[in-house]
Amino acid sequence: MARWLLRRLGQILPTLLILSFGIFALQQLMPGDPALILAGEDRGDPQVLAQIRAELMLDRPLLEQYFHWLGRVLVGDFGFSWRIREPVSALILSKLPVTAQLASMSFLIALVIGIPAGVLSAVWKDKPADWGINAVALFGISTPNFWLGIMMIMFFSVHLGWLPPSGYVPLWEDPVQSLATTIMPAFVLGTGVASVLMRHTRAAMLTALSQDYVRTARAKGLMERVVVARHALRNALIPVVTLGTIEFGRLLAGAVLTEQIFSIPGFGKLVVDAVFNRDYPVVQGVVLVTALIFVTLSLIADILAMLVNPRLRAA
Amino acid sequence: MLKRTLLGAAAALTLLTGAAQAQQPAQNLRIGLREDPDIMDPTLARTFVGRIVFASICDKLFDINEKLEIVPQLATGYRWEDPRTLLITLRQGVRFHDGETMDAEAVRYSLNRHLTMQGSFRRGEINTMESVEVVDPQTVRIRLTGPSAPFLSQLTDRAGMIVSPRAAEAAGRNFGARPVCAGPYRFVERVAQDRIVVERFPEYWNAENIHIQRITYLPIPDGTVRLANLQSGAIEMVQTIEPDDLATVRRNNRLRVEMSDELGYQSLTINIGNGPRAQTPMGQDVRVRQAFELALDRAAINQVVYEGVYTPTVQPLPPANPFHVAALRPEPRNVERARALLREAGLTPPVAVNMTVPNNPDLRQAAEVMQAMVREAGFDLRIQAMEFASSLQAAVRGDFEVYLLGWSGRVDPDGNTWTFIHSRGPQNDGRYSNPEVDRLLDEARVEVDVAKRRDLYAQAFQIAIRQDRSRIYLWHRKNIVVHTTRLSGFLNVPDGLIRPTGLRLQ
Amino acid sequence: MSVSVSTIRPPQSPARRALSAFLAHKLAMFGLLVVLVFVAGAVFAPYLAGADPIATSWSAIRKAPSAAHWFGTDENGRDVFARVLFGARASLAAGVIAVGGALLIGVPFGLIAGLAGGWVDAVISRVADAMLAVPFLILAIALAAFLGPALENAMLAIAISASPIFTRLARGMVQDAASQDYVEAARAMGNPPWRTAILHILPNIAPSLLVQATLSIAEAIIAEASLSFLGLGQQPPAPSWGSMLNSAQRFIENAPWLAIFPGGAIFILVLALNLVGDGLRDAMDPRAAKR
Repeated sequence: MARWLLRRLGQILPTLLILSFGIFALQQLMPGDPALILAGEDRGDPQVLAQIRAELMLDRPLLEQYFHWLGRVLVGDFGFSWRIREPVSALILSKLPVTAQLASMSFLIALVIGIPAGVLSAVWKDKPADWGINAVALFGISTPNFWLGIMMIMFFSVHLGWLPPSGYVPLWEDPVQSLATTIMPAFVLGTGVASVLMRHTRAAMLTALSQDYVRTARAKGLMERVVVARHALRNALIPVVTLGTIEFGRLLAGAVLTEQIFSIPGFGKLVVDAVFNRDYPVVQGVVLVTALIFVTLSLIADILAMLVNPRLRAA
Repeated sequence: MLKRTLLGAAAALTLLTGAAQAQQPAQNLRIGLREDPDIMDPTLARTFVGRIVFASICDKLFDINEKLEIVPQLATGYRWEDPRTLLITLRQGVRFHDGETMDAEAVRYSLNRHLTMQGSFRRGEINTMESVEVVDPQTVRIRLTGPSAPFLSQLTDRAGMIVSPRAAEAAGRNFGARPVCAGPYRFVERVAQDRIVVERFPEYWNAENIHIQRITYLPIPDGTVRLANLQSGAIEMVQTIEPDDLATVRRNNRLRVEMSDELGYQSLTINIGNGPRAQTPMGQDVRVRQAFELALDRAAINQVVYEGVYTPTVQPLPPANPFHVAALRPEPRNVERARALLREAGLTPPVAVNMTVPNNPDLRQAAEVMQAMVREAGFDLRIQAMEFASSLQAAVRGDFEVYLLGWSGRVDPDGNTWTFIHSRGPQNDGRYSNPEVDRLLDEARVEVDVAKRRDLYAQAFQIAIRQDRSRIYLWHRKNIVVHTTRLSGFLNVPDGLIRPTGLRLQ
Repeated sequence: MSVSVSTIRPPQSPARRALSAFLAHKLAMFGLLVVLVFVAGAVFAPYLAGADPIATSWSAIRKAPSAAHWFGTDENGRDVFARVLFGARASLAAGVIAVGGALLIGVPFGLIAGLAGGWVDAVISRVADAMLAVPFLILAIALAAFLGPALENAMLAIAISASPIFTRLARGMVQDAASQDYVEAARAMGNPPWRTAILHILPNIAPSLLVQATLSIAEAIIAEASLSFLGLGQQPPAPSWGSMLNSAQRFIENAPWLAIFPGGAIFILVLALNLVGDGLRDAMDPRAAKR
């Protein structure tokens, strides 16, 4: 187990290296010259453009740019945002807690709603309650976040005046106000993920419930609730764990549209603004962090899978 | 069990509600912006929303008023010693936020910083400046490389902002993280993409007319949400809303709308001479361009897309501009004539035209409306939506036929014309070139007499717009500022900025 | 666990048994009917719409639903009913083909990673992780520049970005399934690994893949809209449900029907696809049939 873990951790660095080079190459392929964007309304002045290119090393070969960047990153320097001239690390560190809070709240909502709903729906298969749960879940999937978000703002903020319509207050500044500013976006995001978890839980539960060992347990006269909880659910967890970790990763990578609607200064907005403005140091820094998140979560998924199915440890 | 959970939820909700309402200190003005400003350094800044924030923290040598006249701010007056030499007298007893004195030396430092700092976006605005001399602590003399009519107006915007030399020297390129100027408010903090907070500066030279203690600028990108914040009292003012939302605002008697024409315009750039994609009927035959223009009904587009709020136009200067050529008006739509022109040009419909449109919902709708209109005249207008950065590059490289784009506008007419229709204009992406137009624009650049200068522009437009149809100007947008009726004293200047002087909040 | 699948000789082949079970599944048949109605609506849109989906009318801008315009008119005075019908073409294609592509790319790699283990698994899994970390926007902009504006290119972008989910899902379930007794039994009987995978594991992981596929279709339909803004995907004035929703965002208060009808169409389609998916799941589950 320890050697397996070490091996997995050892894979992280090469993954990040290859990915960072991939992103560099992709940026080279992308249209839209960063110098043109940065030059703004002076974009017609070749001198200005040349100057910006020289300053940002954009006039150097790709490999030189890459290794220069890599050398800096290895000593912990992610560079400066070209657009707002703040250190990339500071930008990331200031967005990370916001997104982490929003993602955790959303995921909590998703778990609390999604998994029980999936279990109940499977247990009550083909009964009206099953249809009801499925209809609500699929409604959640097919409703665009902007629609749900704006409807909630209209109702809870404009009509009832209960919650602030948008913005964000950090948790450590004012916990109550912080919850007030994040509850609506967390609900919007959480219900979407809940629907995904619900559908997967239901399918996996149905498969598990029809397996021989569950039938055996039933035949032994175990109470239905025990069967469901101890045997079926446990074995249904594999796809739910896989999808759950991916969805959590996506939440941590930032939910652009929802952040935009609720003016939450999170990760998603940072990435999108950086891509649209060709602010490459920010893009590179963010992608590295996101990749780290996904690699870690996929490690967690594998560990959870082993806990669920001890036979996997042999592999 | 369930009941207890519900009770708990209700209690939590009451707590949250109380918190939402308690958040209302009377002396904090919260202004919703449409996007997050870029760097807060007057030399390096580019965005329009950034200028709104600068209006509270950085005073300029001159300002403009509602009639677009140049009025003194940090300067008290100016005099042209000769067409190349400008003498500016400065206000006495002005202090920067760090306590330093604003004097001629600071002005010299700031103007040179705008001109020479690496990556400066002001250089293009004041590159006719040759030198700045300190005459005495209250007077500077600026020498220009040649006569320049627009020069003074550049000092009414970021190029005229004076920064504290001590703070600027100390911070270097990071000055924008903590700008120190001589405006009515001093910078307190910025959380990127979240808020910028400024605080009243008691030693401001005009402090008796500054009544609000603190201003918080909040970027709220979604238009509907910006309005929702205003409706629910979470902010007191928004920089602008979409015309579609005007009806909602007007129904609400606690909100007031202030509209003004923007300084700029929206237009179609036509690729006339930039690379192989200029080799189209649209690019090569003025009759085709005329047919295209005759097929458009600007008033109808304005009605459909912008609730009739914007101002249809055929020229780069809005009606509020003193150089606006009143005689130049949109021609009525004439589909018959358009078809006839296409026949004269020897073309059989459908004539394919590709139009690049940045990814912006209202521009895209406007493009769709145009598409339907010109189809009746025999054009097959194909819309290519493109993300802004890609479209810019395509424009510069000539990889377009027609490009729908706006210009934020400048106070001086030169900023709306020379750059775009002079053959050496840096943003003349369609590479339109006519020596006569060049000559007229160059002359207008150095002509200081208003009437003569207006006449030069009228002649240039007659050729570039009416005769050559080098561009199709569409409309001037509007700044639509909305604020609560608790706020008073807003000065509606057509540049769309929010000047804090005189604002009061009850 | 002495009963291994290969020793049973059922009266019907498993495929035929599954087919008849599926055909007998009432909800699935209902779902299939709805999907077919949508497909028919898309195919025969010109005959059913009763209006030109791109014909503008400046005198009928954002009119609420009425007898003349069942679903109202949009911001350019176009008939929303006609646009929903014609929009089904782009949206069905975007959803089904993009997700089909994602399955085709993602599942085989997942199967290989799960069965092979070791360094093969490590490489495939880390590539999948890395792909999940690449912002969709970058991929979309780069593809738009290289391949140009077309619906097929939007589908490609969506397929590429959705594929790692299927890889991860398939891999996790294959590993789990491979440790089960019946696979061990099949292996012990000398069946080659690929045969084991296809015959025994795929049916067991199919339910989850089906669920994910139907969920991804909803996402793909909505994603197509944001792509059309980047120059990929359906270009104006041709409609798609996603782009209709996108332009409805500006009018969510003043003209709610602009969002409700394309949104409702997505909902009903996704609901129907899920019913079909659930029916397939039930039909393929050899043991659940008699439950």
